[in-house]
Amino acid sequence: MTVAIALAIAAFLVAFLVVPVASVVYTAFASGDGGFTLSHVMAFFQISLMRESFWNSLYVAGASVVAASILAVPLAYFTVRFRFRGAALIQTLGVLPLIMPPFVGAVAMQLLFGRSGSVNLLLQEHAGFTIPFMQGLNGVIFVESVHYFPFILLNLVVALRNIDASMEESAQNLGAHGARLFRRIVFPLAMPGYVAGASLVFVKVFDDLGTPLVLGQTNMLAPQAYLRITSVGIEDPIGYVISVIMVVFSVCALWASARILKGRDYATLQRGGGGLHRRRLKPWQAVAAYAWIALVLLLVLAPHLGILMMSLSKVWSFSVLPEGFTLDHYATVFTQSPHMIGNTLLYCGIAATLDVAIGAAIAYIILRTRLPGREWLDFTASAALAIPGVVLAIGYLRAFKGLELPFADSAFTASWIALTLAYAVRRLPYALRSCMAALQQMHVSLEEAAENLGASKARSVRRVVIPLMMGGILAGFVTSFITAAVELSATIVLSSSASTAPMSYGIYLYMQSIAGRGPGAALGVIAVAIVGVGTYISYRLTDRSAEWTR
Amino acid sequence: MHKNIRAGIAAAATLAMVSSGAMADTVTVVTSFPKELTEAYKKAYEKKYPADKVEILNKGTPAGMAYVREQPAGSRAEIFWASAPDAFEVLAQEKLLAKVDVATGNIPAKVGDYPINDPEGFYRGQALAGYGLMWNTRYMQAHKLPVPKEWVDLTKPVYFGHVATSSPSRSGTTHLTFETILQGEGWDKGWTQILQIAGNSAQITERSFGVPDGVQNGQFGIGLVVDFFGLAAKSSGFPTDFAYPSVTAIVPANIAVVAGAKSPEAAKRFMQYTLSDEGQALLLDPKISRLPVLKETYAKAPKGYPNPFDGSITAKVKFDSDLSQNRYYVVSSLFDQVITFRHKELAAATQAIHEAQKRLGTRASPQLEEAKKLAWTVPVTEQQAKDAELLRTFAAKKGDDAAVKRKTQIEEEWSTRAKANYTRAAELAAAAK
Repeated sequence: MTVAIALAIAAFLVAFLVVPVASVVYTAFASGDGGFTLSHVMAFFQISLMRESFWNSLYVAGASVVAASILAVPLAYFTVRFRFRGAALIQTLGVLPLIMPPFVGAVAMQLLFGRSGSVNLLLQEHAGFTIPFMQGLNGVIFVESVHYFPFILLNLVVALRNIDASMEESAQNLGAHGARLFRRIVFPLAMPGYVAGASLVFVKVFDDLGTPLVLGQTNMLAPQAYLRITSVGIEDPIGYVISVIMVVFSVCALWASARILKGRDYATLQRGGGGLHRRRLKPWQAVAAYAWIALVLLLVLAPHLGILMMSLSKVWSFSVLPEGFTLDHYATVFTQSPHMIGNTLLYCGIAATLDVAIGAAIAYIILRTRLPGREWLDFTASAALAIPGVVLAIGYLRAFKGLELPFADSAFTASWIALTLAYAVRRLPYALRSCMAALQQMHVSLEEAAENLGASKARSVRRVVIPLMMGGILAGFVTSFITAAVELSATIVLSSSASTAPMSYGIYLYMQSIAGRGPGAALGVIAVAIVGVGTYISYRLTDRSAEWTR
Repeated sequence: MHKNIRAGIAAAATLAMVSSGAMADTVTVVTSFPKELTEAYKKAYEKKYPADKVEILNKGTPAGMAYVREQPAGSRAEIFWASAPDAFEVLAQEKLLAKVDVATGNIPAKVGDYPINDPEGFYRGQALAGYGLMWNTRYMQAHKLPVPKEWVDLTKPVYFGHVATSSPSRSGTTHLTFETILQGEGWDKGWTQILQIAGNSAQITERSFGVPDGVQNGQFGIGLVVDFFGLAAKSSGFPTDFAYPSVTAIVPANIAVVAGAKSPEAAKRFMQYTLSDEGQALLLDPKISRLPVLKETYAKAPKGYPNPFDGSITAKVKFDSDLSQNRYYVVSSLFDQVITFRHKELAAATQAIHEAQKRLGTRASPQLEEAKKLAWTVPVTEQQAKDAELLRTFAAKKGDDAAVKRKTQIEEEWSTRAKANYTRAAELAAAAK
């Protein structure tokens, strides 16, 4: 029974993760007659546009990490080091950006921070200068760092909290204070948490397709991969080379962060020291801290407020605030595209169900059985984290080319089933983590007790294990669901017809015309609302905000 | 609970299958047009022919072509509907379009000098589009800019940093505009004008939609846009205005039936509908604002609606579409190499020249003249651009490695030369006395 389930899961992972990715890698290195060649890679570096895209992507990802760190590091330090009320606010700051996909906020940010956006209009009027927040690549960096800085914030807070007070005390006893204490003790001890967060930001930004596309910055790797494959065609090898480069970078960044976390053992002996000593803020420090928090809060709320105003405004052009408010855009969405909301619920619902079913099964196999090779299931499922959405989708187009669906006479890759499976594979690591955590917390003696009382294995799983894991399973379901609901990278490659498109693609489509901006924003607000509610539910279910950063 | 979930999924799946409609005739439309337009046609057509279903595949023109090409005959989409005439030419050459005969009303053979329908009958003009100037009235007021009337106005120093345009390689209509300037003004003078406009531009946008979008929300003052973007923004209440300059080209946006479509009959029905008076009238919707090809439809248009058939838009240029098609790749690539990828240097040179001109007033300066010549002369002569060898190299298909290599080499040359010229021009202008 267990073996059959394990084999079924393995088959699923091979078919919908390993084979598509392998076909991408194969195509990037295959010559015309099937042999190995590096000529496509050489060709890639000979095209100046590709070289430019490559450096742009690296630059944007690196600069986003720097910008996100500037936002996040002070906040993390405040929460851990000082005793003050702002800590609760910072907690909120850590979740708010994550409920809005960056490509939705990007357009609104243009209106707020763009060349003639609200902020620059005010600056121009009162100060006589403007700041090019959104010019070219700056826009991508700005939007991405505001969106992803929580990854650094949350990881860093956890790392700082885990520093034992005795470490600090010993250093102080030995005469280290102030900057030296920070540089020699606090900073190195917090480093692993920071690196984990920063590498995650790097990977997310490097892979993001939606934000550069919405901002019209196509000279980056992810948009180039998308444009090459969709316009030059599925046979174009350059698209695959880009995909391979993206996978390599993702894997390297995640590997490096795992390496740094593993290589140096910072675990301290005693626990319960309760982190660094908390100090009270001096008045001027409090003012500075609150000012910084207020600034970040404004930045974080900007896309939310912006998109809300856009969805309600009649006209917003060259003015600080929109003039005239209307609900028409919501009416347009509900008459024209209610099916998109339904599609999102359907696809993400199925994907999340698959994820928790597979995730719970893998968790059980890993933790409760001695099946040989079982860790490979965990490894493969988790590897999906390192595969950018656009690469997985391109892999589907390649591997399943020409495959027709039975009964529906349409191509598999053009159907919503391919999209749903891509969602399921991409979000599986989230659900898996959640299920693993839930099962780890449950002592095996509970099952043994059930079996001693005469329950069969299957019965004990059904009556004891699953009900006790339910919290974790539900949290995994919600996490998979909401992250899939706002994913655009795979969606935009695999969506073809308007009637089977989910909301994320709908938002993108609307944003392509002037009259569509309002309805697009309205659909965005609806998406954010759905994700917000989902986040709240999952937060209540797990009560562990750190879950988000895994 | 599990049973419920399973039943729910089954029901949902069945629902999705039914709604995707295996029974009725489905008209799959591959199009680059925005949602307002496709949604209007889908709704109206399905109302008139309740047995048919319209499925819209929204793709950029090149992506749409690739999509049609990659499907096997017999299960292809029914309709291809987009602006750029050259996309249809390519598809027709690849035998991916079907010749169909649909009866239509009074559609003239030509608009200006441009044939509305494909002479060989593979595709038909469905709407007309002209390029013009769109500006944000508030932006113009805030920066105290005069309203431009002609392309050449945009070369004036006052517009420096306020203009936006896209690149011909990104959008077929942008290509037509610049080709129109080249044909109207001649190769050398035309390029000088284009370089001056580009030098005055704040940005060469990555997508053609980036221009009207930026003007609409006030990021740019003036943009070179297709008429429907300008007209639709104005009628949606944005503080923008639009005008056709006298040197403009009116060209058709086209529709065609794909060869090897799943339901050819339905395809024909849909095409017929878009060309009927009823279908053409949909174009007049303020959110769509396109110009019908059918003369009588203009009777229903609101007052002041531009009409290319009654002389309210004058197209002075005799547009030679063969010439345009022949040098299509050369013009697009030249623009990208000397303008799109070198925009920073070009803008800096342009700014330096404007400043020098201001400083010197009417005093003659050989350095300034030299700077202008360097910055605003294209590194390819008309004679060179006509060279059959060069044209062949640029039109070569992928896989012809030698040609591709040669092309890359030529492009690199153009790009390097342009960069050197712009840098030198900026230095000369700064030192001019």
